[in-house]
Order: sequence, then structure tokens, then C-alpha cells
Amino acid sequence: MNARLMVTSAALALVAGAAQAEDLTLCWAAWDPANALIELSKEYEAQSGNTMHFEFVPWTSFADRMLNELNSGGKLCDLMIGDSQWIGGAAENGQYIKLNDFFDANGIKMDDFIPATVTGYAEWPKGTPNYWALPAFGDVVGWTYRKDWFARPELQAEFKEKYARDLAPPATFDELKQIAEFFQNRDIDGKTVYGASIYTERGSEGITMGVMDVLYSFGFKYDNPEKPYDMEGFVNSESAVKGLEFYKSLYDCCVPPGSSNGYMGEGVDAYKSGQVALQMNFAFTWPGFNTDANVGGDKTGYFANPAGPNGDKFAQLGGQGISVVAASDKQDAALTYIKWFAQPDVQAKWWKLGGYSALRAVVEDPGFATSQPYAQTFLDSMAIVKDFWAEPSYATLMQSSQKWFHDYVVAGNGTAKEALDGLVADWHATFEEEGKY
Amino acid sequence: MPDPFQRVAAATPPKLAHQIRGLSDRTIAWLFVAPTIFLLLAVNIFPLLWTIRLSLTNFRTNRPNNAVEWVGIENYRKILTNPDTWASLQATAHFLIWTITLQVLIGFTLAYLINKKFRSNDLWTTLIVLPMMLSPAVVGNFWTFLYQPQIGLFNYFIAFLTGADPASFSMIGEVALAPWAIIIVDTWMWTPFVMLICLAGLRSIPPSIYEAAECDRASKWRQFWTITLPMALPFLMLAVLFRGIENFKMFDLVVQLTGGGPGATTQLTSIDLKREAFEKWRTGYASAYAVILFVTVFGLASIYVKALNKVKDR
Repeated sequence: MNARLMVTSAALALVAGAAQAEDLTLCWAAWDPANALIELSKEYEAQSGNTMHFEFVPWTSFADRMLNELNSGGKLCDLMIGDSQWIGGAAENGQYIKLNDFFDANGIKMDDFIPATVTGYAEWPKGTPNYWALPAFGDVVGWTYRKDWFARPELQAEFKEKYARDLAPPATFDELKQIAEFFQNRDIDGKTVYGASIYTERGSEGITMGVMDVLYSFGFKYDNPEKPYDMEGFVNSESAVKGLEFYKSLYDCCVPPGSSNGYMGEGVDAYKSGQVALQMNFAFTWPGFNTDANVGGDKTGYFANPAGPNGDKFAQLGGQGISVVAASDKQDAALTYIKWFAQPDVQAKWWKLGGYSALRAVVEDPGFATSQPYAQTFLDSMAIVKDFWAEPSYATLMQSSQKWFHDYVVAGNGTAKEALDGLVADWHATFEEEGKY
Repeated sequence: MPDPFQRVAAATPPKLAHQIRGLSDRTIAWLFVAPTIFLLLAVNIFPLLWTIRLSLTNFRTNRPNNAVEWVGIENYRKILTNPDTWASLQATAHFLIWTITLQVLIGFTLAYLINKKFRSNDLWTTLIVLPMMLSPAVVGNFWTFLYQPQIGLFNYFIAFLTGADPASFSMIGEVALAPWAIIIVDTWMWTPFVMLICLAGLRSIPPSIYEAAECDRASKWRQFWTITLPMALPFLMLAVLFRGIENFKMFDLVVQLTGGGPGATTQLTSIDLKREAFEKWRTGYASAYAVILFVTVFGLASIYVKALNKVKDR
């Protein structure tokens, strides 16, 4: 009898233990959407009884800090909203758990999410139904412009006289540069303003995100579609060279003085302080502009990347998926968070709080496009995305592009052709080390 | 009343006293130094040997599942034939030579002036040493504002002196100016340290020597060259050694100011090494790089310390 009691008690204790409330830590970048996620997660805490903790790291050191955590098998993070390019390394090195079985068991279908976000944030190898993350935050590089300046009759007249077209959001990159030149060093309300804020940051990924955002529409391709990792003539094609030259010419002509090392934060500062007419930045910044005292409301407009010389239109993908860290001891509890997060009503609330949901039910809702002034631009931009390499060696590939792009665009060393040839050589060496040839 | 040794001996438990009585002086000495040696082995020597071992492999921390292969001296060959390594070493040498030269010249001059007795001497000393009490990250951050072409005070100061447009140049964004931008900030921050060491040297010179020189009617110029400088030289050389070692591994200030840019203009060896180790995750390669830098610093420092000892013995 005593033995039976003991066994029953032990079983009950096990069951109670399994249902015991857990402390979960979610790791992400320190930015506005992270604050929205804290707010959103309160609902999860109330429903599950689990307590959420958050570890947010500024973008410029986010990759350093979190990849260090993953590589060292650290147990700090149970859930990771990691950058899209980490997916290859995290999958191949067993740092994220594979979610296919979990998705099947809980009726979560990847078809319910924007296809580009599934490919970009969840799949590895790309194009195969192997999922390591749930698309959590859709993001893409686009543009904001000073709608109030564009609307000034005297500026409209002057612009039309000079360029024989209306001062309006540009349809091509050439038009974008003309607008930037038009505003560069212009006096507006007694203050000198500048053409455009673009990415130039050297340390992490900034200038690569900016250059790629332009290069795609000029014809740049990562490799031969027929022969993977064959980059000669694709990365350094004539059209890619023209794209890089264009980016440098934009940097030389039209950025505010001292813009040699700027990324998202610096772009936000330049735009909110009224320094620039155009600003390149990820879509996550747009809700902040919309409510800003200086540039909010009708003062700001949004547009997707304009077309390149041949009419091609692409944009650099941002955003992340949410994964369960393989080193975590609380994987089951972490999965309950993903299950909760995938629900349509939670995703709808996520969008309302300022998070860019990747769920099609949310973005394809008839009211979505008009729900915010930037919603349509977000949809247009998400339809034309491309992403950087997501290979396990992504960090090495990224450092090579950072070096070559910054050296040419900002430091002014060599030519665009030399920079892209050097990039091909570096990337080739990296893939050779990886045994890709 | 028994002396303290007798009291300690009486208080020692007989069993322990018996054990200790059986130990030689040499054994007791080893017992005392053993914890320190163990710590040194664990914290310094083992990591060094492990780094050397890693430097001979293709190990990558972010690929725990990959087989680790022995590559011999291949990593060393790659590093020494990589033009980027030499560019980093060149940038480091430029930074090192100019910061040390400026800090020694300005630091010694300040120490010489502060050493004179004048009113508010202590206040000036405190004000001068303030920069070195700040965190390098903070210094780097506020100097990026000072260097900002539109609002930076530094640009306005230069514009005031030269008449140039303050927005027409970017100290941290131009290839020609960025190396000087980091030199200026490091000099601003660390000259007080050199000054303090020099001041200690100057204050260690007995006044009687100057009094004797005065009796011999030696000029101030002569006193400086034959008394002040030679007697302060060991201190000055010590300051050079400290600053040399510190600046060879300079990282935080430069990352904050320029991120190694524009391009790779201010990518010092420590930044290059960090990128290889913790951004590209080429652990084996980075280990070899670290060993090369260690040997370089160790070799140069050893030669320098020998020279320093010679000067002290003179």
C-alpha cells in the first residue's frame, strides 16, 4: 500500500512538474518592435502561467552577442528571434530545433505566411520544406520622404522647371538621385537640409544592406542560377558595377555631412531632426515616424524601392523568425509560446501594436492596406524582396562585403569593378573553405 | 613573557606541528607559491598553449559538428601573406608611433610645468588628469559628437582657426583625416597618464643636485639636459612601455569612433583580430593571429625592458 502511494505521489509530482510554470527568456534586438512584443507577451503570460523575460541587444552588437551565445551553447535564450541570415548556420550546427513535427502537430501551416518570409526566415536549405523558425517579424528596406516639402508650390515649380516632371516619389533610382540632388544643401525654413540618408555603417552589416538594396534592381545576382556558388560575371557583372557606382554617387552627392558610418539609428535621427528629404530604412522605423511630433502624420510619405535601369524592382529583406534554441532546457514551454504567437488573433494584435505580422490572414485582410499610411508600401515592398546569403558562413561573407563596399563607397579607394572583383575573390575563398567547389 | 614565535608554536596543534616539523624550507616555500603558480598555469599558460594548439588547426567555434583538421603552419602562412594583415599592422604602427610621440612630448612638458610651484597647482593637476578617468566607450562616444561636421565643436574650432566651412570635412569619415582623429582622441585621453609618471620622475630628483648645479653656475638649459632629462628618463621610458603595450591592443576607443573605417583605414590589428575570431568565427586562424601578435609584443617589450634596465643602471 505504501509503495503504491509513493508511486502515485511520484507520478503526480511529475505531472505537476510538467505543468509547472516556467521562466522563459526570449532574445531579440533592442528596438521599438521589441517593446511591442513585451506588451503582446503579457497575454501569453496570463494564459500560460509562464513568465517571460527578455534579453534585447542593440542592433550593432546583436549578431556578435547572440551568435556568441548560440555558438557557445549558452542557455541564456530559450527563444531566439534571430536574423534571417543566421538560419543556415543555426540549422546546420544544431543550434535551433527543427519545427516541422511541431507545426504538423499543432496545425501551423507555412502556407498561411507570406511566402518570402517563409523562405527568408524559416527554411533551410532554401526552397525545401525544412522549417527552423516561425516567421515573426516581416521587414524590408524602403524609403520615407518629406511629403510636406514635396507639397510646397515653390519647390514643385522649381523642380518641374529643372527636371520637367512633378516633384513626387521617384519611379526609378535616377529620379531618386535627382530629388536628392535637388534638396541637397537647400535652405528650408532657414535651415540647411540634405538629399538623402543612406546606410554606410562599417562595423556590422549596415553598408551591405544599403548597397544590396540598390544593387538588386540594377541586375546584381549572388550566383549563376544554373550553377550555385559560381559568382564570376554575376556578382561583378557590368550592371552590378553600375549599381555600385550609383550608390557611391548618391553618397558623394547627397548625404548630410559626416554620414560615413550610419545605419538604422542614424537614419532615424537624420530624418526626425529634419535634415533630409529622403531616407532609406527598414520598415520597422515607419510606425515611429508616423507618430513623431516633428515629422509625423501628413508630413511623411512612404515608397517602395524604385526601379533600376532595366525596370527591375527589388528590395533588401529584413525581419526575423522565432526559433527555439536547442541548448534550452525549456523547449516544451518555449514551443507553447510559438504556438500561441502563431494564432491569427495574436498576429492581428501584433500588427496593431507595431509589429509587422507575416501572417497572410493579417496582411491580406481588406482593411490592412489602409490601416496605416505605410501599410500599402510595406505590402508592395514585401512583394519584391531578396536576401543576403543565409549560408552557415554568412558572417564571413558579410564581413567581406562590408570591407569592400565601405572601402569603395566611403573611403573612395579603387573602382566599383575592383571592389566587386575583390568581393568575388573573397566570397570564392570562403566557399572554397566550405567545400562548395 | 614568551616571545610571539613561542606563543604561535605553543598554540599549534601537536599533530600539525609534527607534520610541519618534517618539511624542509624549500617545501614550505613551494607550498606558499603553489596557489599562485596554479592560478598562473590555469589563467595564463594553459590558454596560451591551447591557443598555440588551435592555431595549428582549422577549428571554427561556430562549427562544432565539423571535423577539426591539423593544418600545420598554414594559418601562419595565410596571415603573413595576407595584405590586409600588413595594412592593419601599418595602421597600428602609425597609431602607435604618433600617439606615443605626442603623449611623451605633451605629457613631459605638462609635468615639467606642473612641477613648478605656483598657485592652483593642485587644481590644474586634477583638471588635466580628468580625461583618463573616463571610460573609453564614453570618450569615443562624445568625441564622435565633437567631430560631427554639422554640430561638432571640434569642426567649429578648426573652422574658426582656418576659415574653412565646418561641414566641409569629416574627421572620422575621410581617409586622410580618420587616422589623425583617433590619434587626437587617444592623446587627449592618455597624455595625463604620461604626465603623472613623468611628474613622479621629476619629483624624485633631489633638489640638492640642482642647488649644486646653481653653485656651478649651470644654466637652466644645461640643468635640463644634464640633470632633469637623464634622471627622468627611466620614468619616461616606463611611460612609453605602458602606452606602447596599451595602444598595441587598442580596441574600444577606435571601434566607438570609426568602427575601423573608412574602409579599413583605422582597422588596427586588435579590431582585425576580433573580426576574424568573433565575427567570421575562424578560430584557428584567429589563434594564429593572436600568437603572432603576442610574439611581436613580447619580443619588442623584452628588448625595450633590457634597454630600460640599462638606462636605470647608468
